[in-house]
Amino acid sequence: MTQTQAQSPPPSSSGPSPLLQVRDLHVEFHTRDGVADAVNGVSFGVEAGETLAVLGESGSGKSVTAQAVMGILDIPPGRITGGEILFEGRDLLKTPAEERRRIRGARMAMIFQDALSSLNPVLSVGYQLGEMFRVHRGTSRKESRIKAVELMERVRIPAARARANDYPHQFSGGMRQRIMIAMALALEPQLIIADEPTTALDVTVQAQVMGLLADLQREYRMGLILITHDLGVVADVADRIAVMYAGRIVETAPVGELYRAPAHPYTKGLLDSIPRLDQKGQQLNAIKGLPPSLLRIPSGCSFHPRCPVARAVCRADEPPLYEVGTGRASACHFWKELLDGQ
Amino acid sequence: MDSDGAGAQTWQQGGPEGGGPAVAESASPAGVPYAPREAILEVRDLVKHYPLTQGVVIRRQVGAVKAVDGISFELGRGETLGIVGESGCGKSTVAKLVTNLEAPTAGSILYKGEDVTRLSGRALKAVRRNIQMVFQDPYTSLNPRMTVGDIVGEPFDIHPEVAPKGERRRKVQELLDVVGLNPEYVNRYPHQFSGGQRQRIGIARGLALRPEVIVADEPVSALDVSVQAQVVNLMERLQDEFDLSYVFIAHDLSVVRHISDRVGVMYLGKLVEIGTESEIYEHPTHPYTQALLSAVPVPDPDAEAERTRIVLEGEVPSPANPPSGCHFRTRCWKAQEKCAREEPPLTVPERFAHAEGSAHHPSACHYAEERDPIGPE
Repeated sequence: MTQTQAQSPPPSSSGPSPLLQVRDLHVEFHTRDGVADAVNGVSFGVEAGETLAVLGESGSGKSVTAQAVMGILDIPPGRITGGEILFEGRDLLKTPAEERRRIRGARMAMIFQDALSSLNPVLSVGYQLGEMFRVHRGTSRKESRIKAVELMERVRIPAARARANDYPHQFSGGMRQRIMIAMALALEPQLIIADEPTTALDVTVQAQVMGLLADLQREYRMGLILITHDLGVVADVADRIAVMYAGRIVETAPVGELYRAPAHPYTKGLLDSIPRLDQKGQQLNAIKGLPPSLLRIPSGCSFHPRCPVARAVCRADEPPLYEVGTGRASACHFWKELLDGQ
Repeated sequence: MDSDGAGAQTWQQGGPEGGGPAVAESASPAGVPYAPREAILEVRDLVKHYPLTQGVVIRRQVGAVKAVDGISFELGRGETLGIVGESGCGKSTVAKLVTNLEAPTAGSILYKGEDVTRLSGRALKAVRRNIQMVFQDPYTSLNPRMTVGDIVGEPFDIHPEVAPKGERRRKVQELLDVVGLNPEYVNRYPHQFSGGQRQRIGIARGLALRPEVIVADEPVSALDVSVQAQVVNLMERLQDEFDLSYVFIAHDLSVVRHISDRVGVMYLGKLVEIGTESEIYEHPTHPYTQALLSAVPVPDPDAEAERTRIVLEGEVPSPANPPSGCHFRTRCWKAQEKCAREEPPLTVPERFAHAEGSAHHPSACHYAEERDPIGPE
């Protein structure tokens, strides 16, 4: 996929240099069936204290983008074929591996969806939390254990001192996710990337964990990238949303405006297709068809085969990310009609 | 490639004919208030305990996981009963019991007045034909080595009376057409389909024997958001078309509200509240239902800002050792001494017994109180 060069960075980047600035990122995967274009020119920025939600379905490229930023992409089969990832002003893609490792965990950290498979089953959680301090700071064993217990208290795990000796399987799903959060917070990073942090949890526990994450973020003034497929979770906690489809950002907007007046037919389709708790719906307006295979992304606008307003131009020309308002952008040729029609 | 969606829209009437139940006066259209219907399925005091044993040579029972601990409900003809609850509450065990995949420890399941749990042999087989299941995970519930045609046609091997040998292929193709898949796909394998298409295959298999009741255990939770709506719409259309009754089990309260006529809320093996969709979602009286509903985020920041959250402390206790009295009392903000002593029955609470209106529905709480946890204060 060749990208039109003139893709303007999203309007949000206009402020004083943000914490993280991703510019025109391209990632591809070499598979048996061919080259899958997972990320096709993604640009976004995150400032300190800000929560950016990256919303998308499976295969939209949201997790691959996160992995590329963290530097934990599997290479091969993955390959970053272009772009810049500026973190605190320096390009991570040009930073030597050894130095990136020092940044990872200390300056930026990640929270994964599945805490059980992300924690080491044969080490106690206290040891694993303490490892952060031993490895990055050279703290003594005794000292790091004390810090581990402090961290567990900070994420509100009851009886933290006693439970530090327990192993991951002895904790419930919600508690394990708290340990993941504690581990990410350990060295007080500037940026946290949370990849579907509450997807595996029950709703009542999900509310507890999201509340905790939001509180801690405010306290430490961290930048937070929240990766999710759930339009509901995002509404409450995010400042801005970037909607991804087939490896591109198709719309970015402050959270309220995106829900009130989506400027891209995919966003609108998603909002119309989910049943709402506070409304007894009639027939759901499903988006027709399926998300495209990344091996064969449709020409022009990748959403055109499923789009209710698509015209000939959509098949031929890939829409750039148009600026459609303050802090808003949409990759739809007909964004104006869409906004006027609402 | 996108027969998934296209099929759903170009689908027309006249799928499989004959063999199945006559299409009676079809289910009420969405939006019409719920009216009680003739019960097709009645579950009474259903209990399922899984024994916990200790010892290798001499095994002895040291306790039991009380997965389902005495629940009762009715399912009307053409109705959808939603069952919601968090993981471990026993909702999937209910599905297995109702479909006769597990034998209950106690209690009865009446299908058209006949106790299924006492049946065996031919009589049981006949009942099983009429109560079919759709599973959660379309990736593991389809045999990867069987073609779609074999998967959808397999029920005919067990119940050959439904479709004679020569007719099977045509029947299978009709079924694929009914669920919005291209009938020419009969010779393909499951891995050639997307998640949404696989769930359509699972639904086609569930429909093959023309059952009257379908128990669906989390049928859309493994699907992408944009595909979920397609499958929900399909299930609603099939219900009208074939006069199906659904037991729809899910943890997603929004989907359950959308599809259900009545809803039962489960906690630790028990139903804590049951009523029509609007009674449960707009006038819940049990604190657990209220907390559950208030925890669900709404995709609308303006509505979200006006809501108050009830955030529950702690987590669900183990079903091997549930609290005395009311099972929910350990996490309840209203719990009193009485709650530890006395188990509240699932009946219309006394204070609402004579009241007209939506609070008049069964709720197992000593201190039941109406509260709208979704809308603004």
